[in-house]
Amino acid sequence: MKYVDEFRDPQLIRNVAGEIARSVDPNHEYRIMEVCGGHTHAIYRHGLQDVLPENLRLVHGPGCPVCVLPTGRVDDGLSIAEHPGVILTAFGDMMRVPGTRGTPLELKARGADIRMVYSPLDALRLAQNEPTKHVCFFAIGFETTAPSTALTLLRAKALGVRNFSIFCNHVTIVPAIRAILESPDMRLDGFIGPGHVSTVSGCRPYEFIARDYGKPVVVAGFEPLDLLEAILMVVRQLNAKEAKVENQYRRIVPWEGNMPALRAMSDVFELRPYFEWRGLGFISQSALKLLPAYAAWDAEVQFEIPGVRVTDPRAAQCGEVLKGVLRPPQCKLFGKECNPEHPVGALMVSSEGACAAYYRYVRYEDDAANAQPVTS
Amino acid sequence: MDILERPPGEVRFRDPQIEMAHGAGGKLTRRLIEGLILPLLRNPVLAPLSDSAVFDMNGVRVATTADAYVVKPLRFAGGSIGELAVNGTVNDLAVAGAHPVGLMATFILEAGLRGDDLRLEVEAVASAARRAGVAIFGGDTKVVEHGFADGMYVSTFGIGTVDPRARLDARAVRAGDRILLSGPIGDHGITILLARGELDLEADTLVSDTRSVLPFVDALLDSAAAGLRWMRDPTRGGVATALNELASECALGIAIFEDAIPLRDEVRGACEILGLDPLHIANEGQLLAVVAAEEADVALEAMQAVPGGERAACIGEVRTAPAKTVLAHNGYGGSRAVDMLVGDPLPRIC
Repeated sequence: MKYVDEFRDPQLIRNVAGEIARSVDPNHEYRIMEVCGGHTHAIYRHGLQDVLPENLRLVHGPGCPVCVLPTGRVDDGLSIAEHPGVILTAFGDMMRVPGTRGTPLELKARGADIRMVYSPLDALRLAQNEPTKHVCFFAIGFETTAPSTALTLLRAKALGVRNFSIFCNHVTIVPAIRAILESPDMRLDGFIGPGHVSTVSGCRPYEFIARDYGKPVVVAGFEPLDLLEAILMVVRQLNAKEAKVENQYRRIVPWEGNMPALRAMSDVFELRPYFEWRGLGFISQSALKLLPAYAAWDAEVQFEIPGVRVTDPRAAQCGEVLKGVLRPPQCKLFGKECNPEHPVGALMVSSEGACAAYYRYVRYEDDAANAQPVTS
Repeated sequence: MDILERPPGEVRFRDPQIEMAHGAGGKLTRRLIEGLILPLLRNPVLAPLSDSAVFDMNGVRVATTADAYVVKPLRFAGGSIGELAVNGTVNDLAVAGAHPVGLMATFILEAGLRGDDLRLEVEAVASAARRAGVAIFGGDTKVVEHGFADGMYVSTFGIGTVDPRARLDARAVRAGDRILLSGPIGDHGITILLARGELDLEADTLVSDTRSVLPFVDALLDSAAAGLRWMRDPTRGGVATALNELASECALGIAIFEDAIPLRDEVRGACEILGLDPLHIANEGQLLAVVAAEEADVALEAMQAVPGGERAACIGEVRTAPAKTVLAHNGYGGSRAVDMLVGDPLPRIC
């Protein structure tokens, strides 16, 4: 399969893994954060931790959009489905995210009209096909999915579809990375930049990480060879005591980003002054809302949203895992009260969450030997 | 501890309501059956929770199975609900080592179903039964109000006699045994996903793999009956769920080699795009078998000689550790645990 097989070639993978092993300083522990949930999933899906040296540790970042959505926003979104005549639509991996009164799938089983869609355009099409209903799209995601929401809104406006709205929960990755870098217990050496987000935003937004915090960033793709190559590039920068932004995913990611997508976003969205992230708390200017010109399609204007706030479960140590202070199995709840069927903390929610990926793919390992917190 | 020895009520069903995922064949289905149904109906024949119940009737080992088919759309590339109903029931008997004697088929019809559509499905039932060499002995028809069923449902019952050479028991599985698979996985599940028309994906060449696995079972019994330990048709929940159940029942580890698993490019491509694991996708015409190492080669050759079995492969082996776990190994030294399906397979967004 083109663009897949050549990035899973066993010999090439062994070569790069060998090069990483030769490049790392055995007396130093390398902690590299992969920001994106898709990377976390790919690392575990391909068992990449097995081919990396033991003193190189991958830390899983805040880039799973489902995981970082706070419970209160889930409740708010699900409250829309309780209005008569409303069809609430959402992406597949939203469907198992728990609010305080259950997941979208559970509410659907109790009779709410909640449907899975593959894109916001499908939701708009549903609105056109069901003119007597109101179709609301529960929009989530980083810069990866925000442009498709924006384009859908532009189309809804152009077509004059009025029985359609967006419950906007789009977030932006840079403020989250900044929040992690500002955290007093931050212990990271470098970053693997998010591949999908960067197809839209480009590489420039990460320059502050290298410039202000002295940490290398390498934007990477999602195949095993992409990730290993990116890790090698970070290690080489660290060995050379350099800090710059590099683009490993050049075949997809333009350095300057995708201008039409960015333009569509700026036509439709503005920054919220602050937004709550599950596991990380409130982060200023980290999320998008619809511009007033789109109030007619804004579910937060069209419906009475309760504005629920639900405190993160105290025992779940998502924040520490997100910052790389703890590894998933070191959380007190991991695999016990908190598991993919009954997620308590954010990172167990979606298959891209660090804890869910770890639970699914690595849990067979005896972690007793590693059950000590990471020390710097 | 296997299910027979497990004290009643060890697995508890506390879910407040039934959801679609309880029917997806993964963990939730298992919890529903073991936690709610089994404790109330417990008896020694039911307890192994196999797809077929095997018992002795006047000196003859008999296998029976019942199944219900609800699929949307009724017809899809490579098959239809009527064909599935026969093949699925035949396969549940076949993996118990039984040859079907007869089937019963009950049709639950939704008012408004077109007569021509019903005729097509009864014809599909008849021709699938002919191909499998089994007769339809009886059944029932019921009609429900419009809006209460997706066109039609088919419920089946099958009875067969167990081949005396078949000695199948997960507890007989030993470390070193080989895992054989009859052909490419995921064709049925991805075909259905595409047939629902919700995705702007096309795979013109992809068709459901619905078929009878009896020829494979016969080939295994003829070539390697003494070494044949266990068989399963990996339907809902896919190969991952079937192998996890095996790992749990035999209390050993299952190692599978990802590069050896036959998979069509169309299925692989759709799974890559949607973030699904082909090991979790449903099959309707594949056979998984555990065969003793010394007989694995001859058994595999016999499977490959069956028409449609050309891509049969040895995909893994049984190991002592880690117990009750399925581990997938790739070609460059990485490994991952393969879990049972949790809920329905849901596509990721990015």
